[in-house]
Amino acid sequence: MFSSVEAGLIYAVMALGVYLSFRILDFPDLTVDGSFVTGASVAAVLIVNGANPFAASAAALLAGFAAGVLTGLLHTKGKINPLLSGILMMIALYSINLRIMGKSNVPLLQQETVITKITAAWRQAGLDAALNRLVSFTGFAPRTWAVLVSMAIVALMVKGLLDWLLKTEVGIALRATGDNKPMVASFSANTDWLIVFGLGLSNALVALSGALVAQYGGFSDVGMGIGMIVIGLASVIIGEALFGARSVARATWAVIGGAIVYRLILALALRVEFLETGDVKLITALIVMMALVVPNTLAAQKERQRKKRRVRQLERGETVAGAETNYKSV
Amino acid sequence: MLELKRITKVFNEGTADEKIALRGIDLTLAPGDFVTVIGSNGAGKSTLMNIISGRLSPDTGEVWINGRDVTALKEHARARYIGRVFQDPMAGTAPHMTIEENLALAYNRTKRRTLSLGVTKQKREWFRETLRTLHLGLEDRLAAKVGLLSGGERQALSLLMATFTKPDVLLLDEHTAALDPARAELVTELTKQIVEQHRLTTLMVTHNMEQAIRLGNRLIMMDGGQIIFAAEGKEKEELTVERLLEAFQRIRGSQFASDRAVLSS
Ligand SMILES: Nc1ncnc2c1ncn2[C@@H]1O[C@H](COP(=O)(O)OP(=O)(O)O)[C@@H](O)[C@H]1O
Ligand SMILES: [Mg+2]
Repeated sequence: MFSSVEAGLIYAVMALGVYLSFRILDFPDLTVDGSFVTGASVAAVLIVNGANPFAASAAALLAGFAAGVLTGLLHTKGKINPLLSGILMMIALYSINLRIMGKSNVPLLQQETVITKITAAWRQAGLDAALNRLVSFTGFAPRTWAVLVSMAIVALMVKGLLDWLLKTEVGIALRATGDNKPMVASFSANTDWLIVFGLGLSNALVALSGALVAQYGGFSDVGMGIGMIVIGLASVIIGEALFGARSVARATWAVIGGAIVYRLILALALRVEFLETGDVKLITALIVMMALVVPNTLAAQKERQRKKRRVRQLERGETVAGAETNYKSV
Repeated sequence: MLELKRITKVFNEGTADEKIALRGIDLTLAPGDFVTVIGSNGAGKSTLMNIISGRLSPDTGEVWINGRDVTALKEHARARYIGRVFQDPMAGTAPHMTIEENLALAYNRTKRRTLSLGVTKQKREWFRETLRTLHLGLEDRLAAKVGLLSGGERQALSLLMATFTKPDVLLLDEHTAALDPARAELVTELTKQIVEQHRLTTLMVTHNMEQAIRLGNRLIMMDGGQIIFAAEGKEKEELTVERLLEAFQRIRGSQFASDRAVLSS
């Protein structure tokens, strides 16, 4: 459970990237499956070759940005539809990721990573003991708090950055592009550029998350990105359903929460005797399907009941509430 | 201010669906001109507006604004000079964003977008003041999502967004057509007030002939991709709906055909 929260926080960075493309830009960007691995591969290969893991993670972020920019250019300049642009990029990245790694799997177990470095520093500061004393009444003590706390800080920094960006002049234009694109052009904003930039940023976050997951899990694998977009969507949808999405700041909280809840659901599901690790993708797909279908069904049901009530009211000859309109309002 | 030189536009050229939408339009608007445009369905009015704004590019001809040839400028680049309101109330605003965010987007029409805050305290105050001029109470709903507004409120907001940054050219394409009569009248009144206040150079398409006669200092009538009738000054002031219809019949030899045309309000 504890490790589910850790993983949830790392994957939350990816989910925030998906939120940016899927919700803000209204662009279902499948590049994610590829760019996640690109981030993991770039970081892994650099680390194996002796680079500082923080620098390697930053490099992964830039590589993801480049991948997103290319998808954006395919769509805006190449006039390829959003889904296909993402799929093309995803497939191209599969080969590129293999090239980056030179093989299909790069282990990081003996390496200095962001995770080992932070854990070491954390141990030195003796923070675990203090935190464990705080929660001692629960009788629970994880091996270290370092990952949880540091990844929470990363996720919150990304959230803060997104919240701020989406409030700036550029950010407002970015959001409007996903909301009503033709209108944005009539207010002097270059929607092509905004989409390219937005997808770049989105995939930069996805790649950063991939780099952290690789360091957390101890390896980078060419197949680790399969279905990543669906995991991102699951996090966004679960989060919005549980925590609401009234404003951007609220929605980004929700996405982080959703990413954690998703990991918890998965961990619980895997405790069921009958299910195996290989069923994870099926479970994820089912979660997303349910999250998409259930609200619609509920809304339709409500609507039917409302209509029935109305018919009954009319039959009884009552005046229908709301029929009196205020003609002064415009 | 605005100059159109021999603009032509053909849709689906060389196919069975070929449609000549504009046949050599010449039109010059002086600063402060308020030109109303009427015409039958498919006359090419919307196509003309789209060519001026850069959403469509003409097959031949040039668009000049402020003595500058803008024909090659993309829509977003040209929008620095142009304010627009569309017929569809959904078209001019971002529904999932708040009133103040929509205004902030419009505020940057003439300014480079930066990474500074879109809605500052100062801007918010200014937005409030500007909204007050609409007398719709929107100044108290700055944080409301625009999707919650009625069609009339949205259209009034679109009008404000298009004009409060004083565009060199204002394009209105049947911007009251989707509203019920009372709300249409209110938006028309606001249009008149705003255009007069800022002395905006305006091109306004309307299906309401009476309105076309009542508003503005010039009137043009389009049909089959051409301007077939124009009146200004005293001649325009003396126009009546009957005289307009007569003029159409004399020139075209047929009845004015428009399913939406309103002869009087
Ligand atoms: N995108 C398009 N493709 C093909 N034909 C079009 C297109 N837009 C407009 N047209 C045609 O061009 C003519 C002029 O249309 P439009 O400018 O919308 O007329 P108006 O606004 O005066 O009613 C019409 O015959 C219309 O069918
Ligand atoms: Mg039209």
